[in-house]
Amino acid sequence: MPAKVSQRSSRPRGGPPVPGAGRGRQRPEFTTRRGLLIAAFMAPAAVFVAVFTYYPMVAGSQMAFRNWKLADLTDTSWVGLKNFGDVFGDPIWGTVLSNSALWVFGSIVPQLVIGFALALWLRRRFRFRGLYQALVFFPWAISGFLIGILFRWMFNSEFGVVNDLLQKAGLIDEPIAWLADPKMAMIAVLIANIWYGVTFFAIMILAALQSIPDELYEAAALDGASRTRTLFQITIPYIRTTLALTVLLRIIWIFNFPDLIFGMTGGGPNNETQIVTTWMIKITQQGDYGRASALGLLVVATLLVFAVFFLLATREKRGVKR
Amino acid sequence: MIGKATAAGRTARFAFLGLWLVFTVFPLYWITITSLKAPGDIFAFPIAYWPEHLSLENYRALFGKADFGTYVTNSLLVATVAGAVATAISMLSAYVLARFEFRTKSALLMAALVTQMIPSFIALGPLYLLMTDLQLVDNRLGLILVYIAVCIPFCTVMLRGFFENIPDALEEAAMIDGLSRFGALFRVLLPVMKPGIIAAFIFNFVNCWNELFLSVTLLNSDSNKTVPTALNGFISSFNIDWGSMSAAAVFTILPTMLLFAFASRHIVQGLTSGAVKG
Repeated sequence: MPAKVSQRSSRPRGGPPVPGAGRGRQRPEFTTRRGLLIAAFMAPAAVFVAVFTYYPMVAGSQMAFRNWKLADLTDTSWVGLKNFGDVFGDPIWGTVLSNSALWVFGSIVPQLVIGFALALWLRRRFRFRGLYQALVFFPWAISGFLIGILFRWMFNSEFGVVNDLLQKAGLIDEPIAWLADPKMAMIAVLIANIWYGVTFFAIMILAALQSIPDELYEAAALDGASRTRTLFQITIPYIRTTLALTVLLRIIWIFNFPDLIFGMTGGGPNNETQIVTTWMIKITQQGDYGRASALGLLVVATLLVFAVFFLLATREKRGVKR
Repeated sequence: MIGKATAAGRTARFAFLGLWLVFTVFPLYWITITSLKAPGDIFAFPIAYWPEHLSLENYRALFGKADFGTYVTNSLLVATVAGAVATAISMLSAYVLARFEFRTKSALLMAALVTQMIPSFIALGPLYLLMTDLQLVDNRLGLILVYIAVCIPFCTVMLRGFFENIPDALEEAAMIDGLSRFGALFRVLLPVMKPGIIAAFIFNFVNCWNELFLSVTLLNSDSNKTVPTALNGFISSFNIDWGSMSAAAVFTILPTMLLFAFASRHIVQGLTSGAVKG
């Protein structure tokens, strides 16, 4: 390396950066110190997460096999799989399952499609793009619970702005009882969740799009490829990894996201918007920790199986690209 | 670069972007307008999209009748302390995860990921019992400790991304100059990472400020409640008082919005790098 470099980087004693010189941490005599340093730096984080996250989670898991009711803590005997049986035997179990599936896929598909379109359109520079991004970013700052409240007010059957706008536009004649109507309530919570989740997709996809080298598009343009073809043969294959991971994370996250429904309908009317996690909150609030834990374990198991399958299905393709 | 846009294409594109902007901003506009109407006007027909006269009556009622001021103080205290401590702790773990290779590293990262996957409600019951044992139920310190643990995993992943963006050479140079590793970390790396650290703190703060289920479970008495717990109380009552509710909602949303707008670029960077690398 030229001496110029060391002068510019004001390194009085050291010479130019020789490869390996800075990797003293990998020499054997440093191993103990290095191990201590790693342990010391990791310890606070590990202790907090172990005590306040993992311990309750593990303790919660064993509650699933016990009679654990807050109302009577004198009898916490082991009951085997009874709590699971209670979950499966509950008359609303079927409703809860299909609602959960509807909630996850009814949210994720529109979020992905609209988010993708938004990202494609935001890729090209235009004036005020930064401001635009800042404005559409804002739903993120709000908690799901509060979003539920905002939309609960807008979907109010008597004084809600949604009915008023639809009536003004001539789309409906009578006000719709959105949150009291079994069919409409799920649509209403889905609209709220789509409103909330599109930004995340847009931002993740935009970041991925910006990593695609311009040369690929230039080459495609030279070859006279149409825009649709460019989209399907260059853009989508290139960002497939990000797309797959984003979808995976979002499915898991939406599955575990009762906040919005909790604030908007509380699972009603008549459990028509009750999903697995809102049901779990309800059971916890009723003090039946055993049954709530059983439900929680089922959620974890489902998500783990799902994640493994999803990763296996997308892994091969990931190996090909990049 | 990406092909020439036709006039029609450009119109369609801006029409879509404009529509989405209106759709995104409208709920916020609507709750704000509602909160600024006189209490009687909220339920008046026809619905006013731009009220004739604005009134602060709902805000006055909110701070007058309920202990809303106390809730705000509690939320500020809990979110600030928890957010700051979690950021400090995560900085250490993120640094190690970004700079060293060691055997348990992937297991630790996996452990962080798992906390994001598992529904927190499975832990609610046992957590309540644990806090009872520690005599930290209905105690703001107890809530702070739990929030720190909640914030750490994601904050670590986010900060790790920021550390990885800084070349090794920077601290190696500092260490060759005779600084210890601690010295290099605190005097050379942290100043460079300041925007990322602020973004991480804001992210933590907003999450704690917004958190509902843990605070509802762990806090009982009125003097300890946080803002989301109070909002939940408004819902539970049979008839929602939309005047106070809208004022409270605006009051909760505004600070987080301003903070996010302030740090949005870095938060986006943290989220995208964190999620892509897993």
